[in-house]
Amino acid sequence: MSISSIVRAAALAALIAVAGGCATRSETVVLLPEKDGRDTAVTVTREGKEPVLLDTPYAAVRQSPFGQEKYTSNADDVAKKFGPALDAQPARSAAFTLYFVEGKDELTDESKRVVDGIFTEIARRPVPDVIVIGHTDTVGSDQVNDALALQRAEFVRRELIRRGIAADNIQAIGRGKRELAVPTPDNVAEPRNRRVVILVR
Amino acid sequence: MTASSALSRVAFSFVLALAVAGAAHAVDIGQIKISKGDVAIERAGQTVPGAVGARLQSADVIKTGSDGSVGITMSDNSLLSAGPNSVLSLDKYAFDTTTNQGQFDSSLRKGSLSVVSGRIAKQSPDAMTVRTPTAILGVRGTEFAVSVDQ
Repeated sequence: MSISSIVRAAALAALIAVAGGCATRSETVVLLPEKDGRDTAVTVTREGKEPVLLDTPYAAVRQSPFGQEKYTSNADDVAKKFGPALDAQPARSAAFTLYFVEGKDELTDESKRVVDGIFTEIARRPVPDVIVIGHTDTVGSDQVNDALALQRAEFVRRELIRRGIAADNIQAIGRGKRELAVPTPDNVAEPRNRRVVILVR
Repeated sequence: MTASSALSRVAFSFVLALAVAGAAHAVDIGQIKISKGDVAIERAGQTVPGAVGARLQSADVIKTGSDGSVGITMSDNSLLSAGPNSVLSLDKYAFDTTTNQGQFDSSLRKGSLSVVSGRIAKQSPDAMTVRTPTAILGVRGTEFAVSVDQ
């Protein structure tokens, strides 16, 4: 047997080992308790089977060589199976809200003081990045409000950069009137909707 | 100068322009916030270290070693974290920051993954999917865990 055919035989053996591994594969999906009280559900769909809906805490589905099985997991099992993955979960973002004087890109006096808290939060994070999200009230068209929302976010971004945040780590986006803090009909001036939300991540 | 060499020169500068434009448009879709042990990113045939602070792009594949784990924050605020011996592929990612519309498809080829969904899934249920070798997970929200053992 030549060296090249030995190498080829070894490669073939490795392929069979991988294929053999596939046959004994098992997969698990567990819905975890929702910490912030939001709606939560996951569907798990496998070819030739009805989709499985997981919509209660610790609802789980397992796929093994014996087939698919729905069951209820628990905190201990999750810690055993997913401990290292859960330990590596990044910290959730911290949100700060700044309010604007009507129709202007100027902060209210109270909001100017909130800015200090943002810098404290940034200092606590290992690799902080910041997202500045501008919002408006419902006075005016989408087009006008999208522009105003972005303008407000850009204004805050420039201000934060001027105070020392690296420009690479801060992004400004505008949501217009799509995400009202206080729901109102169209064309209602509402100071609590004229805001910029700053996410420190 | 022959016509064919002039043509190939034009073609070359066009390719160069595309390459430069491509680099400028390689949008960051997320960032590694936590990295322990061996973590690598496979991108366009190259392997780069998956260190804390590394920015991620669509189609990146993240691999962890036997002592590795990694935590990622995506631009839509979803959180993905993988345990040891994992292969996580960020197959497709599109996110409109104004409307929150988008699509986020990832796959866990092996290992373990925990997910907290973000703005894409909140805006449009099922706009976020996670694939395993045998299943497709449709994400309506918000926190779940997946493992693929071999």
